[in-house]
Amino acid sequence: MHTDAAAAPSRLAHHFPDMKTQEHAARMGMWLFLSTEILLFAVLFTAYAVYRFLFPQGFDEASKLAHVAMGATNTVVLITSSLTVALAIHYARLGENRKVVGLLGVTILFGLTFMVLKGFEYHHHWVDGQLPGRLYHYAGLQGPGVSMYFTIYFLMTGLHGLHVLIGMSVLGWVAWRAGRGEFGPGYSTPVELSGLYWHLVDLIWIFLFPLLYLM
Amino acid sequence: MSPSPASSPAYNTPNYLNAEKGVRSWLTTLDHKRIGVMYLGLTLFGFFLGGVFALLLRLELLTPGPTVMDAMAYNRMFTLHGVIMIFLFMIPAIPGIFGNFFIPLMIGAQDVAFPRINLLSVYLYLLGAVIAVVGMIQGGTDTGWTFYTPYSTTTVTTVAPVLLGAFILGMGSIVTGLNFIVTVHTMRAPGVTWMRLPLFVWAMYATSVIQVLATPVLGMTLLLVAFEKVFGFGIFDPARGGDPILFQHLFWFYSHPAVYIMILPAMGVVSEVVQSAARKNMFGYKAVAFSSLGIAFVGFFVWGHHLFTSGQSTFASGVFGVLSMFVGLFTAIKVFNWTATLYQGAIQVSAPFVYFMGFLYFLVFGGLTGIALSSVSLDVHWQDTYFVVAHFHFIMVGGTIMAFLAGLHYWWPKMFGKTYSERWALAAAVLVILGFNATFIPQFLLGNMGMPRRYYSYPEQFQALNVASTAGASLLAFGFFMILFYLVASLVRGKAAGPNPWFSRGYEWNTPSPPSLANFPETPVIDRGPHEYQDGPAAEVKHAH
Repeated sequence: MHTDAAAAPSRLAHHFPDMKTQEHAARMGMWLFLSTEILLFAVLFTAYAVYRFLFPQGFDEASKLAHVAMGATNTVVLITSSLTVALAIHYARLGENRKVVGLLGVTILFGLTFMVLKGFEYHHHWVDGQLPGRLYHYAGLQGPGVSMYFTIYFLMTGLHGLHVLIGMSVLGWVAWRAGRGEFGPGYSTPVELSGLYWHLVDLIWIFLFPLLYLM
Repeated sequence: MSPSPASSPAYNTPNYLNAEKGVRSWLTTLDHKRIGVMYLGLTLFGFFLGGVFALLLRLELLTPGPTVMDAMAYNRMFTLHGVIMIFLFMIPAIPGIFGNFFIPLMIGAQDVAFPRINLLSVYLYLLGAVIAVVGMIQGGTDTGWTFYTPYSTTTVTTVAPVLLGAFILGMGSIVTGLNFIVTVHTMRAPGVTWMRLPLFVWAMYATSVIQVLATPVLGMTLLLVAFEKVFGFGIFDPARGGDPILFQHLFWFYSHPAVYIMILPAMGVVSEVVQSAARKNMFGYKAVAFSSLGIAFVGFFVWGHHLFTSGQSTFASGVFGVLSMFVGLFTAIKVFNWTATLYQGAIQVSAPFVYFMGFLYFLVFGGLTGIALSSVSLDVHWQDTYFVVAHFHFIMVGGTIMAFLAGLHYWWPKMFGKTYSERWALAAAVLVILGFNATFIPQFLLGNMGMPRRYYSYPEQFQALNVASTAGASLLAFGFFMILFYLVASLVRGKAAGPNPWFSRGYEWNTPSPPSLANFPETPVIDRGPHEYQDGPAAEVKHAH
């Protein structure tokens, strides 16, 4: 197989016959990994469905306590960051590494914005005592299923926030590699795969936002 | 360019064992064969630990009332036994050892797709194992390996460390499965089409799919229990609107497919062993290959048979019961194919073959009792009795461990380049099979008489059968020590095995014993199916150049 002749020899691991196979393997591994991530979240989505079914009124009332404006802003922020990461992949394939650095930097800033806004939301909930399970002590709303909403809310957004942080770190590392001019027509897999991960993190948020804030 | 038997005095030629020296070269190795050997050492140590706790349980059950420990200590012992055997041996053993060692050899590859992630899985195993075992011993965890809520979230003992340990072990299991799937898809040598994959590879592929798709669910569920226990999140706490049955659903969504993570690799091993021992091709290659996928698929839709008495609707129980029987269907396809393979074969009676016969008997016996248990009305009678314990151990110990031993003996000469004493091996195989029967057949009877599991004491009329079971367990333990003894002796002073002592046609025997670091001098080109004994006994392979 003939890929980029300059990049291939140094990137090719000894146990692969050619770069094409190696990149195919890497992509496939990433997709499988993403499927495990979806199943990790699936447990929480299942719990959400079960408890929403058991406590329709409690969930309905508790979800009105969510800060919709910040949640909506965060949705826009994350969707925009998907665009910047997609552009980064485009320019990585063209070998324009400086643009890759810039776009990934912007993506990380979007991630940071998301986390800061999320932090404000958490702070408000914390101050108001809108916390999971036995920690819940908000006098303004009591009733069956209300504390369960916040259990699910903090578990889902907490796990998602952790993924945003991991995604930012991975993108930071890839941006550093782009800064060394590593990517080009023959080699852009790390940008593509970290971009895939970032898209998944966005996609999960797109499901979390309506379920937790709007319904 | 097949190495002739005469040209291979083991250890004098360069191989993966002597290519690099020193502890450091092992701890940082990326070679799939060395990683397989490390898994062998680690999982066998786990098996030893779990076995010691099993013997302590059997010792306690020698007499009614307290024998050597009180009720609390007994609860801790069966928790240790269950967690260690399942998470440290049954799930990682065959994939970790034989999967790592032989999948690349069987598809003509130099390594698995992601060697560094492969090494990571060893360290995840080690870290998870230490956290789980130390956490259980220090915290006195008494929940059993199933961690059922609300007991696990309200017990005074410490539960969080073992949950964390199991989570980390699960991550190791996921990356192993992920690695194998990608390896089989992308690393096959020219000529190794899907329909020429050895059946062990097919079984490992099906296993890996379960590992990747089911394990994350367990990981998250265990974390939820830990959050509940430590912070009082209330997610499974009825007092706060939580539903303990939801835990059971989520837990068994992983843990039932997990028993196929344990038995499918075993089925793969015996599919290889039976062809070599009978000197015949598998009677129905495609049927055996696809039934592995069938078990993996159906296995995801049967978890509800663990909840027959938990308050699940009768209709759901009925559906889960019928679906569970489909597993028996796919298993029967395999059993008939293995037996049909023996028909008119030139059978070599060897230790792997004796273990194969043991496996067949235990699997059929244990499997049939499984079909019985999947019918709701019968299960209500046997629920939580020793009948279930015996059924489970017939499949897991009788099935998986017999197959593990078959594989260990079959591939030992390839892995270490040495022969073991066939006479000792046959004697130990007979002892192990007898000991196993003596241990668990009494438990079937006890369970049917109504003796419940997980109690340290029992009424006096159950003593005779309990003594028989304990005696059987001692025999079993003696058999395992015999195996350890002659295998260590084989390492120290065994004769060179030569590349293919069984005259097997499996692809993996086309390498020297032990294999060289790179597996093959050049990428092999395979122009025949796996085995194909009709073409004559000598293994041969062409090389691309």
